[in-house]
Amino acid sequence: MGIKSPLITLMPNKTFFWFFLPTGLAMILFIGLPIISTGIQSFYAQHDQVVKEVKKCDPFGCTVSIVVDQEKTSKIREEKPLGKFNGFGTYVDRNHLAIEEIGKFWNETNSFGEFVDQVTNLPFYKALIFTLTYCLFVTPNVLLLGFIIALSLNAVTRRIRGPLIFGTILPMIVTPLVGSLVLFWMIDAEGIIGANLQMLMDDPYLSLKSSKTLTWITIIIYGIWHHSPFAFVVFYAALQTVPQEPVEAAIIDGASRWQRVRHIVLPHIYPVVTFVALISLMDNFRVFEPIIGFSAEGSAQSLSWLIYDNLVNEEVILFGSAAATSMMTIIGIAILLAPVLIRTWKEFRTAR
Amino acid sequence: MEYGLDKRSNALKIFNTTFIIVWLLVACFPFIWTFWGSFKVRADFFSRADWWYAITAFNTLLETGGKFTTDAYSQAWTEGEFWKASRNTVIVTFFVVTISLFLGTLGAYALSRSTRNYAFWILIAALIFRAMPHITLVSGYLFPFFQLQIWGILPTTIVVLVAINQPFTLWLLYSFFKTVPKELDESALIDGCSYFQAFRHIIMPVMWPGVITAGLFSLMLAYNDFTVTALLLNQENHTMVPKIQSYLGTNQHEGNLMWAVSAVVSATAPLFMLVMFFQRQVISGLTAGAVKG
Repeated sequence: MGIKSPLITLMPNKTFFWFFLPTGLAMILFIGLPIISTGIQSFYAQHDQVVKEVKKCDPFGCTVSIVVDQEKTSKIREEKPLGKFNGFGTYVDRNHLAIEEIGKFWNETNSFGEFVDQVTNLPFYKALIFTLTYCLFVTPNVLLLGFIIALSLNAVTRRIRGPLIFGTILPMIVTPLVGSLVLFWMIDAEGIIGANLQMLMDDPYLSLKSSKTLTWITIIIYGIWHHSPFAFVVFYAALQTVPQEPVEAAIIDGASRWQRVRHIVLPHIYPVVTFVALISLMDNFRVFEPIIGFSAEGSAQSLSWLIYDNLVNEEVILFGSAAATSMMTIIGIAILLAPVLIRTWKEFRTAR
Repeated sequence: MEYGLDKRSNALKIFNTTFIIVWLLVACFPFIWTFWGSFKVRADFFSRADWWYAITAFNTLLETGGKFTTDAYSQAWTEGEFWKASRNTVIVTFFVVTISLFLGTLGAYALSRSTRNYAFWILIAALIFRAMPHITLVSGYLFPFFQLQIWGILPTTIVVLVAINQPFTLWLLYSFFKTVPKELDESALIDGCSYFQAFRHIIMPVMWPGVITAGLFSLMLAYNDFTVTALLLNQENHTMVPKIQSYLGTNQHEGNLMWAVSAVVSATAPLFMLVMFFQRQVISGLTAGAVKG
């Protein structure tokens, strides 16, 4: 067999299978299956406690009291650890979509504003609104700040750029919990920035925890601080590939700095902007560690934080509730990703 | 940009320099401040009376007799069992990086050399998996792991982190292998090598730049993870990040907040050193998928 097939670039299916098997198996077992497991769990709810009536008699008469039958409760939990089948019950209960409550608010409230107020006080909607607000404010600002830093570092002498880049990417490489703690310790009433703000504002009670708006602003600022370096790095690399000739021609033609950025640099790096926007949107949608770092549970809750809270519940882990929120978060991610996926699919079809 | 023709006005230069200085201050000062404060006592770093104490070390001088103290470090590492947490982090990180790279290079090589449709769909699936919030996956793991009684131990967490890490590693190494000329392994195939032999003898020697970048990112993911390690490990097996969080939770102890501060510094310092050494690789990795557009 001296001559092999000319289509040697087409890796045989069998070879591909063996090469891909380990990583494919890992992803199916630990990403694919958990999503299915979450889906199944979301249709179950934890068992109610079994109660029994206990008759207690004393010289003054008999009283019947209701107590928890520990033995039966633990037995039923052992037999059916998944809980009882609840269908879509968990999805529509007060802690999730709260269909019933919303209907009630609709009928009872007098004005639309009041209705919105009531609805946004329900845990799921509260978390959804925080998550969306966070995404909405952080993503564009990250793009903007990252781009400005990239432009201005790009104008610095090449020799000192290395250390400057190192300093710039520090906020990105620490884990969000550590990053938010480091900021929190400064902003807190006993920290350097917090104490000085109190002095400046002449308000000794001014503190992060006292105001919901302040907490939200702090977490959003943290988000911009943490994510901008990523946008910077990508934009900076893209700036290195901007062709020189059109820029030089524009300078000769007397184009201003802003005009050059607007008409030459921006169009060139446009595809990268979409990429950065997509990645940071995906990352921002899962925000939750800063809430723990800033101890902001009281006034800011995100979807991911709701799931975490259910899973660290002291008495019984609320698997069903966490799973239902997870499924709805996944649907949210799907909606975010849909435009990109549809576009890729169309490109793929036309490419064929 | 340094174009020969471009004459920048002095005003713009001054503005640019000021902006960079302000930004670097914003980016770096919190870390410098925390590092400085970790050598003080709590009454100084979190001073109710006057934040200036953190500079003058008023209470530190009173309590320990010196301007700097390493009490927080020694207590956190011994009493706070931070040594155990850092040992666990080292174990988890080491295995996650090794296994991730092993699985990732094989899979990404196959993806980069296959021109069939399913390779495209696998990459898209990996992108969707990459978007899944980790906490939703964890909520899927907990129940089965409890049932199988594999919750709380290090191997489970390692396998989970490897899997979570695969989509990103695959994409990164896929775009790297695409830059390795096909002719290289094709000539080996024509000479009668199997695909595995071609991978072993032709690709492996030239893949190290890509592997180092992918390895750095696996390392950062495993080292920095909070969601998975906090929920899938028991108290005994906690890694550094959940350990730091546990110092915050128990606030009755006066020393605990300072333990958290010193633990944050201890956990961050090695990471910064690493990035300082491998800055070029980190940046090339972040841009690998992006710059091509």
